[in-house]
Amino acid sequence: MTRAVRSSNLRLFLLGGLLVAVGLGLFVSGFASSAPDGLSKVAEDKGFAAEARQHLFENGPLAGYAVKGVDDERLSTGLSGLIGVLVTFGVGLALFALVRVMRSGRDRSEPTRAP
Amino acid sequence: MHIPDGFINASTSLGAGAVAAGGLGVSLRRTAQTLEDKQAPLAGLVAAYIFAVQMLNFPVAAGTSGHLLGAVLAAVLVGPWAGVICVAVVLLVQGLLFADGGLTALGLNITNMALVAGVGGYAVFLLLRRVLPATKAAVAGAAGVAAGISVVLASIAFVVEYAVGGTGGASVGTVTAAMVGVHTLIGVGEGIITALTVGVVLGVRPDLVHGAADLRAPLVLEAAGR
Repeated sequence: MTRAVRSSNLRLFLLGGLLVAVGLGLFVSGFASSAPDGLSKVAEDKGFAAEARQHLFENGPLAGYAVKGVDDERLSTGLSGLIGVLVTFGVGLALFALVRVMRSGRDRSEPTRAP
Repeated sequence: MHIPDGFINASTSLGAGAVAAGGLGVSLRRTAQTLEDKQAPLAGLVAAYIFAVQMLNFPVAAGTSGHLLGAVLAAVLVGPWAGVICVAVVLLVQGLLFADGGLTALGLNITNMALVAGVGGYAVFLLLRRVLPATKAAVAGAAGVAAGISVVLASIAFVVEYAVGGTGGASVGTVTAAMVGVHTLIGVGEGIITALTVGVVLGVRPDLVHGAADLRAPLVLEAAGR
């Protein structure tokens, strides 16, 4: 397989994976359980839930996985999921690109292989 | 399992912050040394996928839900060090944009869900791979079991933090039993999602799965031109 075909396959895989993530964040997230998660439930049952302080960004535009101003709950959750997936992808891409630059700056001669 | 501000006192949170910063530093350095070029964009995708699936809380018991942590999933796909960074990115985005996980608890959350679950869970994965046959199915199964155990490891890390600097009045024994109990159930869901996802990637692009690198030994030799 030529390098070009291989890398176009990789792009296709990445696009497919991103579509899956977007689909889950946008469409499926609205159907998730709204019951407290394991830690929250334990905190409630064992009497330390009240120790939680308000989050600094409690009133942020995306706080609590809802888009401020969008009243439909499922849509609001879904849109917040879409934004979260895209932001996380962007931050991740940028960070790992930076890490690659760190490496190529340090050592260009010997490509390392994962163990 | 995102800890809000206030559950754990300031000095313990600060200590965990130092652990998290140290762990991230090591992870970044090791990632720079070992990450294959084609895995860099994959790592971004893994972070985005974990963010999405973390939103999908599934019911585990009466009035309780759980969601994927994704630390072992990330470690098996892109390696343990890049995996730690993936989960840390997710936790950072959640804490800053979605008010999920306290900002003063960010070090605690990165320690538990990225470092303990990721590195500890990956160690379990490697142990399982040693005793299981070298097949794709065994890799997916080992990833699933290790992922389930990683959730319990993360819950134990919380218990340690609670024992050191918990603000609540409940005894450490009570909290330990409750945390480990519920997270064993959540671990089952974590294991299923992880095994399924790793299985799908192994089916489509096995060469992208770090934890199955040994299954493609002939390909590696060919690429090295020997």
